[in-house]
Amino acid sequence: MSPILGITSSQLIGRLTSYDSIATQTVTGTGVTSVSFTSIPQTYTHLQIRASVRSNSVAAYDAFYIYNLNGAGVSSEMANHYIYGTGAAVGVNSYTAQFSSQMGFVPAANTLANNFGAGIVDILDYTNTNKNKVMRGLVGYDDNGNTSGSPFITFSSAYSVQLGTSAVTNLTFIINNSFAIGTKFALYGVK
Amino acid sequence: MPSTYEPIVTNTLTTTANSVTLSSIPSTYTDLVVVVATTTGGDINFRINGDTGANYSQTVIYGYSSFGSTKSTNATYNWLNYGSNSGNLLAILQLNNYSSTTANKTSIVRDAANGATSDVMAGLWRSTAAITSLTFTPPSTFAVGSTFTIYGIKAA
Repeated sequence: MSPILGITSSQLIGRLTSYDSIATQTVTGTGVTSVSFTSIPQTYTHLQIRASVRSNSVAAYDAFYIYNLNGAGVSSEMANHYIYGTGAAVGVNSYTAQFSSQMGFVPAANTLANNFGAGIVDILDYTNTNKNKVMRGLVGYDDNGNTSGSPFITFSSAYSVQLGTSAVTNLTFIINNSFAIGTKFALYGVK
Repeated sequence: MPSTYEPIVTNTLTTTANSVTLSSIPSTYTDLVVVVATTTGGDINFRINGDTGANYSQTVIYGYSSFGSTKSTNATYNWLNYGSNSGNLLAILQLNNYSSTTANKTSIVRDAANGATSDVMAGLWRSTAAITSLTFTPPSTFAVGSTFTIYGIKAA
């Protein structure tokens, strides 16, 4: 994978085991609005992305999304649903015909310093061309009651009509503002 | 080549215990996944690095005969399960970026128990120290056969 300004990337090249680290992207500069994994090997059964995310948005929190699967171009053909809790309220949201699917909420600049949201996104059977691909996200953070309307724990699912039954070869995560330095996305393959 | 996802320590109780501490966690992994399975009932909590100060907080989605969300602030521990359970608890605690020395520690717990809520929780330990130990404490004692396993995940 080619290095992108503001992101350090690494790949593991070696023997295939049951759970392999495929690549890691770490934000090291400013103005980074997307993180992509391309040319994903098709030799695993499932994918898992483990993330530690913070936004530079001048707000208490921000949302990050998955989009443009397989680099097929942005189209309004993603859907997602999620359950969220803030400690004060629990709710659900549902979206269709979107160009991206929300995975969850993460801390932003106006909440506690040094706080990062934790996220785990699973894509099961990602190479199976007989199944539509559903992405499951578990994302959350807490801020010790620092800000009204925050924090969040979110359980989400996302689906791309455009991707359909195609195998997943590319993934991109975006955020409303930009990713804070130290944000990390690690892609793993499960055999 | 070291394995990407491997068990670091497993503790299976052969006698009852007032608490269980898993210590000397190496800083060589990227994330930790902790799996706890116990027949012990009641509220079970966890602390990090032996910290008993009011440095914990947590946000919960829970569901049982009702559902909702609640949170704790300035607490002296985080929950491993929310709401008293009558036994047979399975909990998975995720600690991404646990060895960072610049970020506060965010945890995610999923748990389910007999006769209690199923929960998803996001927790915070307000410390940038790397996590080196975890202590689990029940309301009374952990039953014989309770298991505590830490897995380390190493990113490329």
